[in-house]
Amino acid sequence: MNPGTTISISSLLIASSLVAISLLFSYYQKLGLEKETIISVGRAIIQLVLVGYILEYIFGQKNPVFTTGLLMIMTFNAAYNATKRGQNIKRGLLISFVAIAAGTIITLSILLFSGAIHYEPFQIIPIGGMIISNAMVALGLCYRRLSTDFMDKREEVETKLALGADILPASIEILKDSIRTGMLPTIDSAKTLGIVALPGMMTGLILAGVSPIMAIRYQLMVTFMMLSTTAIASFTACFLAYRTFFNQRKQLI
Amino acid sequence: MSLLEMQKVSYQNEKKLILQEISLKVAAGDFISLVGPSGSGKSTILKLCCHLLSPTQGKILFKGKDIKQYNPLDLRRRIAYCAQTPYLFGETVEDNFSFPYLIRKQKIDLARVQTLLSRFNLDGKILKNRVQSLSGGEKQRIALIRTLLFKPEILLLDEVTSALDVANTELVEKEIYTLNQTGMTILWVTHSPEQSRKYANILLSLEQGKIKTREVLK
Ligand SMILES: Nc1ncnc2c1ncn2[C@@H]1O[C@H](COP(=O)(O)OP(=O)(O)OP(=O)(O)O)[C@@H](O)[C@H]1O
Ligand SMILES: [Mg+2]
Repeated sequence: MNPGTTISISSLLIASSLVAISLLFSYYQKLGLEKETIISVGRAIIQLVLVGYILEYIFGQKNPVFTTGLLMIMTFNAAYNATKRGQNIKRGLLISFVAIAAGTIITLSILLFSGAIHYEPFQIIPIGGMIISNAMVALGLCYRRLSTDFMDKREEVETKLALGADILPASIEILKDSIRTGMLPTIDSAKTLGIVALPGMMTGLILAGVSPIMAIRYQLMVTFMMLSTTAIASFTACFLAYRTFFNQRKQLI
Repeated sequence: MSLLEMQKVSYQNEKKLILQEISLKVAAGDFISLVGPSGSGKSTILKLCCHLLSPTQGKILFKGKDIKQYNPLDLRRRIAYCAQTPYLFGETVEDNFSFPYLIRKQKIDLARVQTLLSRFNLDGKILKNRVQSLSGGEKQRIALIRTLLFKPEILLLDEVTSALDVANTELVEKEIYTLNQTGMTILWVTHSPEQSRKYANILLSLEQGKIKTREVLK
């Protein structure tokens, strides 16, 4: 591996002076960001160190049941967060859980089947984390859009219902827009990959001494899996959630 | 037996009581005008009749059976409602006419569409126009035609001539009357005293969510 593969504590300490630059800037320009900068750096240090030790422990656990349990906890957390964006959606937590789980299971299965990754905690957990958090953001966007559209386009939906349409044809336009809204950020970021910025993961791999060609293979895999997960999760969530805007008698609530 | 009957129907939303113990009977072939001040609950009555809303108290019978027992989609196709503000969806006028066929898994019957367009004094070429480019009166007649493509048994009209000039208003009134003569039952909400008496056989007036008067005209 390259000499750049390890970073010593002393070099990290010197690098921390970079924070001081940011603080000085804030102080002289009266940006009033000193306190927040210190808090955020403090949090970053504590959180990352903790996560580091936790991951070290987790990666040592070879039991797949443990890995699976962890994935489920992550999915539950993500579902809980996504649901906050759609509080008027009934059974939102369940819907989010099902949607994120569907996206994660399908995507991970294909990755495992292709041989790109193995069911080892040091691969499954970070990749699962990326997929799940991406799906969470997508669902948050979907829910916001669904909720505002069902308010703003009430007339359109009721007009279609009055013509004798079922709830799906009456709200299909809203559904399409919401799914699109959930997927767009992922599609957009895929479009600009490597042009606007090198993705964090790839940068990390290159810094750790992996050749760019290899790093790109991983990045491509990540891009593919993000696309598929957001698509599956957004689609599932919107199709489960739109029904909750109607009652049994197919009336808009 | 009445075709449609409201039995002590009340409707309340989160904020207030909008309708109070409304009872009314609609016989097959009736042409009923419904008048009343703004906010008295006329549109709410129509929405209850086509089951876009459910009464909070009382019940509504269609052919003697509670409308809760009907399939809502089937019911709304038989009791059609044309809303107060015409809402056109999609991109072109044609999208609006193909929708009712689409949901019945049928192909649009352009001959039928053209006949109705000409009956309501609209050019056949309007089909390709974008919905944003239409005038208020055009929108209103297109929304009405959209409701009439498949002949409903009961037609609920909510101020469907509010954006029309005198000539077109008369035309629409005559067309609706013709439909009534061929057996369609009409419940028409209107603000115009003159219009309310023109073709109707019953005139109902509503005030603050209650029926104030019922007048038999013919
Ligand atoms: N979705 C709603 N949310 C809250 N209040 C409503 C809603 N729909 C109707 N209302 C209230 O119910 C009352 C009756 O409304 P409705 O639309 O039935 O009146 P209307 O007789 O049709 O009036 P207009 O002649 O102005 O059309 C009004 O006070 C209105 O503010
Ligand atoms: Mg009204």
